[in-house]
Amino acid sequence: MSATDPLMNAPQPAPVVSSISERPGLLSLRGVDKVFNGDVVALKDLNLDVRQGDFMSLLGPSGCGKSTALRIISDLLHPTRGSVEWAGGHSQNDLGVVFQEPTLMPWATVAKNVYLPFRLQGKSYASVKDEILEALKLVGLEKFQNAYPRELSGGMKMRVSIARAMVTRPRLILMDEPFAALDEITRFKLNNDLLELKAKINCTVIFVTHSVFESVFLSDRIVVMAARPGRVLREVQVDAPYPRDEVFRTSAEYAAHCRAASDALHEAMGG
Amino acid sequence: MAVTDPTQIDTAPDADEIARLRTRRLEKFGKYALPLIVMALAIWFWDRIVVWNEIPHYILPGPGRVWDTLVTDWAILFDAAKLTAKTTILALIFAVIGGAGLAILFNQSKMVEMSFYPYAVILQVTPVVSIAPLIFIYVESKTAGMLLCAWIVAFFPVLSSTTLGLNSVDHNLRDLFRIYGATRWQRLTMLQLPSALPYFLGGLKIAGGLSLIGAVVAELVAGTGGVGAGLAMRIQEAGYRLNIARMFAALSMIAAMGVFLFAALSIVSHLLLRKWHESALSRES
Repeated sequence: MSATDPLMNAPQPAPVVSSISERPGLLSLRGVDKVFNGDVVALKDLNLDVRQGDFMSLLGPSGCGKSTALRIISDLLHPTRGSVEWAGGHSQNDLGVVFQEPTLMPWATVAKNVYLPFRLQGKSYASVKDEILEALKLVGLEKFQNAYPRELSGGMKMRVSIARAMVTRPRLILMDEPFAALDEITRFKLNNDLLELKAKINCTVIFVTHSVFESVFLSDRIVVMAARPGRVLREVQVDAPYPRDEVFRTSAEYAAHCRAASDALHEAMGG
Repeated sequence: MAVTDPTQIDTAPDADEIARLRTRRLEKFGKYALPLIVMALAIWFWDRIVVWNEIPHYILPGPGRVWDTLVTDWAILFDAAKLTAKTTILALIFAVIGGAGLAILFNQSKMVEMSFYPYAVILQVTPVVSIAPLIFIYVESKTAGMLLCAWIVAFFPVLSSTTLGLNSVDHNLRDLFRIYGATRWQRLTMLQLPSALPYFLGGLKIAGGLSLIGAVVAELVAGTGGVGAGLAMRIQEAGYRLNIARMFAALSMIAAMGVFLFAALSIVSHLLLRKWHESALSRES
């Protein structure tokens, strides 16, 4: 066992990814506890250092507080103890969110749905029309800007949701199991497109999932969490370079990383 | 040659498809034709009962006689209908303003809702026929009294369904609005009101029928004097004179008004929702 990475004790050899620790910090959670109703400990002493450009997956069994962590980062919940610190402060524009459901407004067209973050900032449609079109182009839906959500397939709705999350070019995009409800073919396609998109707009992503394969394919940092109480068990780094494609998905390297993440997940589940 | 070229597939409908198409055509035809046939049969049967049993017209007039009365008394009945329609429509408008307004107010303040919602329910469950005589003691204007009666009956469905709608916002969308720092006003106008629209329109359709009922009850309690007589007054008055044919004629006009109102509100509802709401979609397959 060659534990070359101080953060990692997985059985598989994993060389240090120096570039990750050299990235400038973006956001850190320090000793975050979250207690619900006085006795349900959702998170216990959560420490996370998110750095600029990370594709970080939060991987863990249900009930490990992944979603609670996302809600705390997006300021929908306040931590019971501990703090969330943004490097250099932050504003509402710093964040884009994609939920498990596409969460579109059914009464608005695709373009108007993507317009929402700007609209809430008080910007006129005309002034941000180019950004909206650009975002739709990036997710491959520029032809559907006048369609209503009900006319789209599940995967297309999710693309609209992603376009909305990135249209303001936020520094951080939070994704809460966005592809869990999709079929596998659509999911693989969206995984590929998401990586391409991230490379193009150069943002940071925190991605909640309970799929080992998805987290390995997408991320360079996998934070494995355990339940009861929700806490970070360890971090698994995936040092395979981007861009990743279908070749990577079938490579031995991919399989080894999956094995490492899977072992960590087993440990998280008490196995 | 058998079909081997994929672009040359025979698309002629099979037996199943033909049967399904025929059923659909029949259903489409039946939707309009069957009620008309039933109505024609009922009128014919009504006529036969009157003729076969030699029932005198002051007990039960035949359909022909009712039609004649409708034509000869058209001037009187039409004036009465205008009055009833005016009360109904005004009451409906106030019911929309009051019901939706209260729903928004209740939604914005839990305290206000907790304080007043029970009284809205009490007002609704107390039969308007029993409140109406009191209203006409304290409200001097007949018009205002009638409007108030009709409003009391009609506002509640708008209030309760709009309240339900305002609270039925997708939780994730609500979170998204919070994350983007939406103001209360933005949340109300861009999220809650559009979400509530289908519910509101459902309440509106019920309120339309109820405001007509309220208007009729109000007329019966208010009596004539000052404002002229509506259709309900004409029915009562014709009853006193044993002019049963005119009673039927006035009744059919009230029914027609009710049907017209419901149809109009259904069309409004369809137009507002057809682009996006499930209820207004036609299934493609």
